[in-house]
Amino acid sequence: MTMARVALHRIAHGRTGDKGDRSNISVFVYRPEAYPLIVEQLTEARVAEAFRERRPTAVKRYLLPKLQGMNFVIDGVLDGGVNDSLNLDTHGKSLVFLVLALEVEMPAGLVPKNP
Amino acid sequence: MAAEALAIGGGAGFSSDRTDAAGPVVATLVARGGPAALVFETLAERTLAAAQLARRQNPELGYEPLLERFVGPVLRSCVEHRIPIVGNFGAANPRGAARRLQALARGLGLRALRVGVVEGDDLSDERGRALLAEYLPRGRSGFVSANVYQGAKPIADALRAGAQVVVTGRVADPSLAVGPAMAHHGWAEDDWPTLGRATMAGHLLECGAQVTGGYFADPGFKDVPNVAHVGFPIAEVVADGAFTIGKAANTGGLVDARTVKEQLLYEVHDPAAYLTPDVVADISEAEVRELGRDRVAVTGVRGHPRPATLKVNAWFEGGSLGEAEISYAGPNAEARARLAAEIVRERIGDALAIRFDLIGVLSVFADDGGRMLATRSPGDARDVRLRAAAAHADRARVERLLEEVTTLYTCGPAGGGGVRTSIRSRLSTVSCFVPRELVPARFEILE
Repeated sequence: MTMARVALHRIAHGRTGDKGDRSNISVFVYRPEAYPLIVEQLTEARVAEAFRERRPTAVKRYLLPKLQGMNFVIDGVLDGGVNDSLNLDTHGKSLVFLVLALEVEMPAGLVPKNP
Repeated sequence: MAAEALAIGGGAGFSSDRTDAAGPVVATLVARGGPAALVFETLAERTLAAAQLARRQNPELGYEPLLERFVGPVLRSCVEHRIPIVGNFGAANPRGAARRLQALARGLGLRALRVGVVEGDDLSDERGRALLAEYLPRGRSGFVSANVYQGAKPIADALRAGAQVVVTGRVADPSLAVGPAMAHHGWAEDDWPTLGRATMAGHLLECGAQVTGGYFADPGFKDVPNVAHVGFPIAEVVADGAFTIGKAANTGGLVDARTVKEQLLYEVHDPAAYLTPDVVADISEAEVRELGRDRVAVTGVRGHPRPATLKVNAWFEGGSLGEAEISYAGPNAEARARLAAEIVRERIGDALAIRFDLIGVLSVFADDGGRMLATRSPGDARDVRLRAAAAHADRARVERLLEEVTTLYTCGPAGGGGVRTSIRSRLSTVSCFVPRELVPARFEILE
């Protein structure tokens, strides 16, 4: 089977929430057949690596198969959170796109056409 | 009667939300007929601390500054159609907000407005501080205020007692919707599965447009029709708490499986344990189903007994935050912006830990420690805005940073322009949990 590397953004969507110094990032695939691929490839270790410069103290992934999605809870990555961070984006609202920029491998036949 | 679904509209999702959003929601509720309620969530974590400070300056203030602009356009219609309004727009002064709303009603020529005031959340006085001493970290100075998250019960009680509007301070956001549903359907306080479902309805309403196509559009991937006029949400909650979610008629935006899924997980940690004062809601087995255009059912939500403790946010003075920016464009712009950062760093020395952003190269993804920026080798970006930011208890040090960036006009790299600086006081928060029986909520009807 021919495999292709694509940005997660092509096949999935999600959003960021924050509470204190904890960010939560949801990721949902557009098509159910892509779900096993991200379960296998979008691991806690992978997300922790994407956030390495922010030095997460914990990364926990919760799977939600009935929603074809997952929820990452990432601790200690908001430089203290909305009231303490020096970031322009104190909430970290943009951070889901740091995850959606990661690449996944998938069968070429499953890759959606460009929008 | 109680078997009839209650339609609950979301009129606002945060303190600075659109004040023209509730109108179409109420128009839709009226056209639909049947029992309905309207909820306003206008109280982010830090909004409340700012309100506490405002009240100290003027005891008449400390409630939502946009109160009249939120409620004014819909009050007459809600009163005439018996649609109760519930809002946490009381912030640090629910009684002040209640009086303001009564004056607003008089000004509209309405009969005396019965306003329910929910209190018990404010722990900023001496008694509250004494109570919290055991639960907050010791030795922290600069206490400003503290509020405990209350639940749906006092809201439901106030509605049962005939309130046309219920004004609260800090209550958990979903409880704003659970309260009217509890009053309408006559739910028991320990009906966990029912409260679990209703809590997720409230959760989907609490951020306004975030479930109807706001915070969602991604052109070419997730397109939203007429997003400039995104409609706000309406949930229909039946007797066992099961619900569908839709939106105001004749508005933009959309409600589909994707918008609902994203908002379902928003600010949720363990999906099996979404904690509120009312219940522990569990969406680990939840499903969403599109019923038709802009209507989605959420099923499979469960509920478990509520926590024995309630969450408290306490606020402390957090020093001053300063920000200063300057732009560079054209050939070698990135190198000039980087040189400007080096100049500022050298002149400030160890006096401040400064964060630098190269807007146009790397900014919001980066960390305060500068580790991500350090991994980026200098490139050739041609339109770069340097941002310097720092916080410190000593305001003078932060002012120094602003001065140094400003002097880049004449002393810095070539072609630097557009300096903007700002400095403001910060509040920082500490959370703790207290046994719920120590902090009872209460309500009163003001005629």
